[in-house]
Amino acid sequence: MPFIVSYLWLIPALPLAAAVVSTLAGGRQRALSAGLAIGTMFFSLLLSLCALTHALTFAAQRWVVNVEWFRFGQTAVQIGWVLDPLSAIMLTMVTFVGLLIFIYSIGYMARDERFARFFSYLSLFAAAMLGVVLANSLLLLFVCWELVGLASYLLIGFWFQKPAASAAAKKAFLTTRIGDVFFFLGMMWLFARTGTLLFVDAGKGCLEAAQLAPLGIETAGLGLTVAAAISLLIFCGAAGKSGQFPLHVWLPDAMEGPTPVSALIHAATMVAAGVYLIARIYPLVSLGTHSSLTVIAWVGAFTAFFAATIAIAQNDIKRILAYSTVSQLGFMMLGLAVGGVAVGIFHLITHAFFKALLFLGAGSVIHGCHEEQDIRKMGGLRKQMPVTFATYSIGMLALSGFPLVFSGFWSKDAILESAHTWPISQGPFLLASAAAVLTAFYMTRQMYYVFFGKSRVEHRHPHESPTVMTVPLVILALFAVVLGFAGTPVWTGFQSFIEMQSAPAADLAKLIEPAFLGTLLLSTIIVTVGLGLGWLLYGRNALQAATEPDVLEAAAPGIFRVLAGKYFLDELYDATVIRLHRLFAKLCAWLDDHFWSNLVAMVKWDVLTFAWFSRSFDVAVVNGGFDSSCDAVQAGGESTSHLQSGQEQRYLKWIGLALFLFLVWLFWGARG
Amino acid sequence: MTSLALYLLLAAMIFAAGLALAVTRRNAILVLAGVELMLNAANLNFLAFWRFGPHPEALTGFLFVMFSIAIAAAEAAIGLALILAVFRQSRTINIDQIEQLKG
Amino acid sequence: MTLSFLIPAIILLIGAAAANVLRNLVHCVLALTLTFAGFALLYLGLGAEFLGLVQLLVYVGAIAILIVFTVLLTGGGVQGERHVLSPRWFQGFVLSVLVFLLLGYGITKSSFTTHAATSVDSYPVSLIGDRLMTNYSLPLEILGVLLTAATIGGVVLAIREPRQQTKESE
Repeated sequence: MPFIVSYLWLIPALPLAAAVVSTLAGGRQRALSAGLAIGTMFFSLLLSLCALTHALTFAAQRWVVNVEWFRFGQTAVQIGWVLDPLSAIMLTMVTFVGLLIFIYSIGYMARDERFARFFSYLSLFAAAMLGVVLANSLLLLFVCWELVGLASYLLIGFWFQKPAASAAAKKAFLTTRIGDVFFFLGMMWLFARTGTLLFVDAGKGCLEAAQLAPLGIETAGLGLTVAAAISLLIFCGAAGKSGQFPLHVWLPDAMEGPTPVSALIHAATMVAAGVYLIARIYPLVSLGTHSSLTVIAWVGAFTAFFAATIAIAQNDIKRILAYSTVSQLGFMMLGLAVGGVAVGIFHLITHAFFKALLFLGAGSVIHGCHEEQDIRKMGGLRKQMPVTFATYSIGMLALSGFPLVFSGFWSKDAILESAHTWPISQGPFLLASAAAVLTAFYMTRQMYYVFFGKSRVEHRHPHESPTVMTVPLVILALFAVVLGFAGTPVWTGFQSFIEMQSAPAADLAKLIEPAFLGTLLLSTIIVTVGLGLGWLLYGRNALQAATEPDVLEAAAPGIFRVLAGKYFLDELYDATVIRLHRLFAKLCAWLDDHFWSNLVAMVKWDVLTFAWFSRSFDVAVVNGGFDSSCDAVQAGGESTSHLQSGQEQRYLKWIGLALFLFLVWLFWGARG
Repeated sequence: MTSLALYLLLAAMIFAAGLALAVTRRNAILVLAGVELMLNAANLNFLAFWRFGPHPEALTGFLFVMFSIAIAAAEAAIGLALILAVFRQSRTINIDQIEQLKG
Repeated sequence: MTLSFLIPAIILLIGAAAANVLRNLVHCVLALTLTFAGFALLYLGLGAEFLGLVQLLVYVGAIAILIVFTVLLTGGGVQGERHVLSPRWFQGFVLSVLVFLLLGYGITKSSFTTHAATSVDSYPVSLIGDRLMTNYSLPLEILGVLLTAATIGGVVLAIREPRQQTKESE
């Protein structure tokens, strides 16, 4: 067993220890909390790099360590961790991006009084996320999954004094919970069929060929095989966490949390957990006739388009990014479904970097504008916050997919190409292309509103953020550019690495292949159209005042209002699901008042009656008996005391009588 | 009847008489007198047994009686002193009326 | 049943009966004294001359006098008392009769191995003294202590409390 594999468990364990220690140490230990969080994250990063190197060196191998957790009867429940290329790359990404965001948070949260608590929550989140990535068991993954949900609840609702924040935290938790219920059902079904929840277990694991084969053949109703049905159930959980339609509603509201939280959770890691889950159980999902993959592809494509349309009408800088995240997650799901694990995960990795960059940049802008988040009240910041402007531009261009130089181009290109070559339908391809155009468009809109034109800032002058916040931005920007080259079609290093095939050579011949060039051209056209439209509408006529209506709003106010109101989906949910829930709660309350409380009252009366009987018995029989026996003794004593009459002659007579009787007895004895 | 038995019988009679004196008369002094009579009867018993028993030269009964007389004297003195004290206290020596020590 | 037995016996019985029956307290005491004298005679007859004389000295000469003194000091016997006997005298009478009957029964039914009434040997006083000083020296000493205690006790009991006139004179 290689060294790194046996110590892989340290990677989540160290941040967990940091979380526990800093929680117990109390809320005042700012330096301790932050130091522990960043220190443990750094060590985890080093260990992850060891793991990555290991996976790179010993390519196309998977190491597994399984331990028994508990045993009930004959069955033993095992958990374990796995080191393979997928987990190695995810570990590195999570620890690296996480470390940068932790460092950023020192500056962002410096003036917050619950600074120490923030870092303990961050460590907890990191530990849970790393646990999800490492897990070799669906059970362990689920446990860490729930912990991730808990940590995100704590972090979204960090400023819980704001009612909007605590409501958003609850919404996030409950919405993902709905998905998790289906996830759990799928998990149990899988366990029932295969008898184990370990992914890889020397041939007995639930994702290994021997176990999967029967699942792909058997049908389970509705035209689905058992494998497809289980995969769809588990996909519901992934949809909840990764914000696919219709469980996406929590993600924009989750922007109530601090910006580092948005960056970490809703750009880089937690929302990516859903995508990672599908990637992990890909052998199950891709089994048989791919019916579940079809569903995933359509859901992903639809989400991508749907969210992009909403994003173009938002005015809060973080909400635009939130809907952008939902859209990009749709892209990732689509990539997984049509192109395979490598395509989806490649986009996940690149997205993590540039979305985190965008969020941190937005945080820098908010911090510099003194907590202002409305883009209509910003403007002309490119002169006042140059570093932020530069790094934000890089992020925006990566997200839009600017050709060749930026990573987002290569990863989105791969998805579009796979969608184009999908045998089942071209619908997702069209939706995804439209979404890509819209992405470029709304990002351009945002850029012009925030950084160009006249300054519409209302109160104090905006300023650049401190170094501790700008350095992570620069590092992320660097990666946003460089990472793209790991996965070009010319050199499919990333693809073969993830899918554990042999190491390829740089295939320059692909450069001139017509299919390759065609997709390249298409992507370039998409980006140009989007950026161009954006410049047309917003670049030329910069917004003068904050109260002026948006160009689109002026043009088509009805549609704009629908988009700005997120298609009124929240209101729909409120009227249906929430109302039903409230009704049910009222019913339970009524039952409790009238039915259960009466039962309890009956029991109470029984107990009281029994107690009364018991007491009466005690008073009458026990007390009475005791009292009367005491009285008898006393009466006996009283009557006996009359013997002492004080008359000595009487005593003498008694003595004489006793003497007489005694002598009689002696004589009688002597005679006998 | 042997002479020993006669002496013993006489002593028994005097003992009974002393007992009667002690328990039937009202006066406390006479109760004491009854006690003295009983003691004397016992002394007679001792002397009778001494005289007609073995080893009269050991003088056992004799000395017993001697001590008995001495003690009876002391006891009589004390008893009478007690009666005087009681008389001073309650101006009566009628033992029926001296019953403060009752239960 | 010699005469030396019979006469003192009769005196005894008469004295005892008289003590029981007589009304006047002083008469009872005198009857008692007669009884003591009778005892003395009997002791003399039994060959215990020393004891007989001691009986006369102590009982008749001291105890009887004491009783008379006490009678006089308690102011009794000046006039005849109305009720001589205590209210429940019959119980006591029955008791004493019973006791006598029982004792008599015991005496008559027992067989005594007696030596023949030997000649009345006189035991010299020196023998008595010798016994007292050797075998019975301890009882003698104890008796001395007893008599001392009795003397002190008698004085303490009989003494009159000095009247408390004023506190300063304590």
